Amino acid sequence: MSTNPKLTSIEDLNEMARQIRRDIINMLLISKSGHSGGPLGLADIFTALYFNKMKLDNENPNWDERDYFFLSIGHVAPVWYATLARRGYFSIDELKTLRKVNGRLQGHPAPSKTHGVPGVEIASGSLGQGVSIAAGTALGLKLSKKSNHVYCICGDGELQEGQIWEGIMTAAHHQCDNLTVIVDKNDCQIDNRVQQVLNMDSIPEKFRAFNWEVIEVNGNDMQSILDGIDKAKAAKEGKPTCIVAQTFMGKGVSFMEDKYTWHGVPPNNEQGKIALTELTKTKFGDFVELEL
Amino acid sequence: MSFNLDNPELKETRQGFADALMVLGKENPNIVVLGGDVSGSVKTNIFRDAFPDRFFSVGIAEQDMMGVAAGLAVTGKIPFASTYGEFATGRPFDQIRQSIAYSEMNVKICASHCGISVGPDGATHQSLEDVGIMRILPHMTVVTPCDYNQTYRAVLECAKYDKPFYIRFYRDKTPNYTDMNAPFEFGKADTLIDGSDVTLIANGLLVWEAIIAADKLKKEGISARVVNMHTIKPIDEETIVKCAEETGLIITCEDHQKNCGLYSAVAEVLSLRRPTQMDYIAVEDTFGESGTMEQLMAKYKINNEEIIRKVKKHLKK
Repeated sequence: MSTNPKLTSIEDLNEMARQIRRDIINMLLISKSGHSGGPLGLADIFTALYFNKMKLDNENPNWDERDYFFLSIGHVAPVWYATLARRGYFSIDELKTLRKVNGRLQGHPAPSKTHGVPGVEIASGSLGQGVSIAAGTALGLKLSKKSNHVYCICGDGELQEGQIWEGIMTAAHHQCDNLTVIVDKNDCQIDNRVQQVLNMDSIPEKFRAFNWEVIEVNGNDMQSILDGIDKAKAAKEGKPTCIVAQTFMGKGVSFMEDKYTWHGVPPNNEQGKIALTELTKTKFGDFVELEL
Repeated sequence: MSFNLDNPELKETRQGFADALMVLGKENPNIVVLGGDVSGSVKTNIFRDAFPDRFFSVGIAEQDMMGVAAGLAVTGKIPFASTYGEFATGRPFDQIRQSIAYSEMNVKICASHCGISVGPDGATHQSLEDVGIMRILPHMTVVTPCDYNQTYRAVLECAKYDKPFYIRFYRDKTPNYTDMNAPFEFGKADTLIDGSDVTLIANGLLVWEAIIAADKLKKEGISARVVNMHTIKPIDEETIVKCAEETGLIITCEDHQKNCGLYSAVAEVLSLRRPTQMDYIAVEDTFGESGTMEQLMAKYKINNEEIIRKVKKHLKK
């Protein structure tokens, strides 16, 4: 079973989330390309899922009893890669290869079958596709009478993609109660605040209108996330669940927090140095010591 | 091989798809089918009624259909996603590209109502670009069977491979003439009629037209070879080169835009391996319109008369 075991205390989970944030900064400093804001904002949710809530076996990523995870917003790949490496799916040393030629850490995730890393089931990057895929997997599991749970992370800006709502209808129609979609509501997208680009207010009401259960959590508070996932798994029979997670883009780095301008750019060395000072070192240790 | 040219058996290729799905459904519990509201038209309603648990209706939402199919494939199911050609390829192209082709998901996209055969429905429903946009995708196998029997066999056969397929067929009844027991292999063309003056490399609906053309040309002393290139990707390069060596002149015949379909695929092979005089029977970079299948095939010059005209033009007889 797992070589890197799950973490049970809130302190350990928070410390791992901080380490993952440090990893994200280090990865981006090396790659000099990639997204900062979204990955930092999602570190707590990824930590909660991979280090506490999901059934998984990092030694056997295709374990039949695993919970399935889909990342609909492929551009936040750095937080996923850092989490997978920290959980033992591959070496943390490989985090140095983000976006590098001949590497597996593609700018947007590729499945291990193509040329990506273990733990990635399917490609993502072109937005709006994850809910349909997760619904398909939920249906396949129900057909096989299996109890594995399916998780899918979407962005709030991503909800502007029409296919998302097609998938939402399909999951509700087919009563995918083994599916939990987590909406990363950071109110930011690459061009501006979501409200400015195309208003996505009332996300809980929208999901409820489509016959989903809705749970609202603070996506940067570990206890709130853990409780939300527990509630989702215990939610009403016959309905899929949406966790609307309020997060801050760039969480943990003062000058990035809640700033949409940090959606798609990496920090420079100077900014990276400040970020790594703010995100203090952890007991888990860095994968690299950069001269900044 | 002889053909009943005067009175061929007529059968729907889409029925071949439906009949094969029933066989697969009985054999393999992992076979699942996606419905996009047109299940009666594409005949997946037969599978639905027999195996209701394994039929998933997603409504009029082709992009979602491809995603759901990919998600089912993640769990080891073998999903068949079926709708009309244009809506099976053009509308969900990005979903097919990312979630099926790039991700190498075992999804079988089976498109009915392809090409000019949906006649009266008009240009919006006539998929004349589908082969091109599927052929360009890495990891995709693209097949255009020519009749009921071959559609049946292609659908049965594709389930044996753990990779994505695009299989294209038609609505209307068309001649059914291929031998159900002859060898059938993806990527291996069938030479239906031997000949030495010209090779007609055809697929789908146009194979029958090529057979008729070859018969008429024979009466005028022209020996036309007819090759059924049912698989456009991967294409049978060896047969194409061999035909070029043996007959010279190659004319491709398809009910698709002349760009990016069979003509392009054959030209890509010959330009590299054996430059040879070529011509094509295909839609001339234009959209279709309403009319019967026969009227449109005549108007858009994709029938046996046009094949004969082009052969004679090049052979100057």
